[in-house]
Amino acid sequence: MSNWNIPTDLHYTKTDEWIKVDGQEALIGITDYAQDQLSDIVFVELPEVGTSYSANQSLGVVESVKAAADIHLPASGEIVATNNDLADTPEILNQDPYEGGWIVRVKLADPSEVDSLMDASAYTAYCDERG
Amino acid sequence: MTEPLIYDLGSPGRAGIKMPDPDVPLADLPADLARDDLDLPEVSEVDVVRHYTRLSILNHSIDKGFYPLGSCTMKYNPRLNEDMARLPGLAAVHPYQDPETAQGALELMYETQEWLKEIGGFAGVSLQPSAGAQGEFTGILIMRAYHRDRGDTRRTRILIPDSAHGTNPASTTMSGLEVIEIPSDARGNVDLESLRAHCDDTVVGLMITNPNTLGLFEDQIVPIIELVHNCGGLVYGDGANLNALMGIVRPGDLGFDVMHYNLHKTFSTPHGGGGPGSGPVGVAEHLAPYLPGPLVDIVEGAESEGEMPRYQLVMPARSIGRMKAFYGNFGVIVRAYTYMMVNGSDGLRRVSEMAVLNANYLRARLRNTYHVPYDRVNMHEFVIEGRFADAPGIHALDISKRLMDYGMHPPTNYFPLIVHEALMIEPTETESKESLDAFCNAMVSIAREAREQPELLRDAPHSTPVGRLDEVRAARQLSLCCRPIANPD
Repeated sequence: MSNWNIPTDLHYTKTDEWIKVDGQEALIGITDYAQDQLSDIVFVELPEVGTSYSANQSLGVVESVKAAADIHLPASGEIVATNNDLADTPEILNQDPYEGGWIVRVKLADPSEVDSLMDASAYTAYCDERG
Repeated sequence: MTEPLIYDLGSPGRAGIKMPDPDVPLADLPADLARDDLDLPEVSEVDVVRHYTRLSILNHSIDKGFYPLGSCTMKYNPRLNEDMARLPGLAAVHPYQDPETAQGALELMYETQEWLKEIGGFAGVSLQPSAGAQGEFTGILIMRAYHRDRGDTRRTRILIPDSAHGTNPASTTMSGLEVIEIPSDARGNVDLESLRAHCDDTVVGLMITNPNTLGLFEDQIVPIIELVHNCGGLVYGDGANLNALMGIVRPGDLGFDVMHYNLHKTFSTPHGGGGPGSGPVGVAEHLAPYLPGPLVDIVEGAESEGEMPRYQLVMPARSIGRMKAFYGNFGVIVRAYTYMMVNGSDGLRRVSEMAVLNANYLRARLRNTYHVPYDRVNMHEFVIEGRFADAPGIHALDISKRLMDYGMHPPTNYFPLIVHEALMIEPTETESKESLDAFCNAMVSIAREAREQPELLRDAPHSTPVGRLDEVRAARQLSLCCRPIANPD
């Protein structure tokens, strides 16, 4: 049984990011599992708006008291907005990873790329497997 | 904590020393450079000595208790090393001195180079790098120079296993190269298939620690090195874990092209405050021309028995240059030389054997109390999980903090990253069976407390000068000062 909140309307990566598609655009963040493993997050490095990345490329870094981890883009696209609240209050990522803790908004190059990502049930199994 | 700040001791006008009357004419400081707002403590000598002595007692050190900080090889620093480093001929030698008048110091450096070559199985050694991470950086610059010198500029990527020390990707990035992470397999070794998939003509080399940070010997090390060599890449050995191998296997014989040695780990010189560190680099024949210099070499052999050869400082033909001013951290080299001379080749092998035996003894005693994710015969260190299914809410950090109440330094926690709630334990060879048993008993007690009195762990430490520190606040609020800073405007 899973201990983590894994909403059913999102897609997930092997590197523990979520993506919420809204037409040509998408919101991206890190999962409840990711924030739980990292523990208290103390710093987030955000990309510049206007930069384009291909899928799986690193667009920034989250740092906790335990570790630093890259944030990977689940699908190719251009950054159209970043969550500037994270600069002063990175703890939002711990408290509210799926709503207030969104990290970037992206204009997707090819929304169909998202279809190859895990859905909630596959991601739940993936989290349980790792413990 | 009751110890005041040095600023809160003393009284205006009080001084620690009495300066002699000047024997040259007095001159005023330039008015525009003088300031009167510099807040310096005004204390007597005895107050200073007592203050810092009290502080030193509050600290934990290898001279005070067990220090199983995994990956750091916190072995005892023999006092003889200190005596040797303080010999006037070695302590007072000056780097600008004519080398003809410092032949003894050069001989010591030359022999240290030779002995490190012998231990690592390499053709050349430079004593220049002044820390392990600088040794890594040096190694990467050497590999990069080797490829560029051959006109091979396509190579921009360094392969690094996911169990690597964090400094490996940092050194790579500092060198302007790209890091490719290679996953571990189920046994905790490098995943050969993934490595094979990444081996192509863009690879500068592989950085690998053997034994790895799980304390496991890479038993596929020969095929791993072959894979990288077959695509034209080089293999860098992170020598941080050499304490497991001395006199048993030589990295150079396994095919490593370059490796750094941590004199402050393997060769018993102090870490941190007693340091500085030292990270000499050894290379195979084909990389020797690129070593940072100057190196010490014999320029004129001894003509008769009892005569000394003549030593000189030389720069390798295609050297990447200097890594620091002068000739490495000489005082540290003296200590490591002493350690090697005291132990001899048999003694160094014994050091590694005992380091491995001690670590396996601890794993065998703890494996029924803590989960050991890669539970097989380990080398000089091993990794356990600091969590219990029936004690939710207890983390590796709580166990670490509680261990301080038992008078011991915690193991390395949350590293390597591939183990949940990792606690990485390295006892070193310098600990007796009694101190190993005391540690195991403490760890078993803590596991029991985790179930019966979890608050004892969550609020730990209780017996230290300060209790649980707020690490989150410390990381988020970077501006810290003991007293208000005067506004620069």
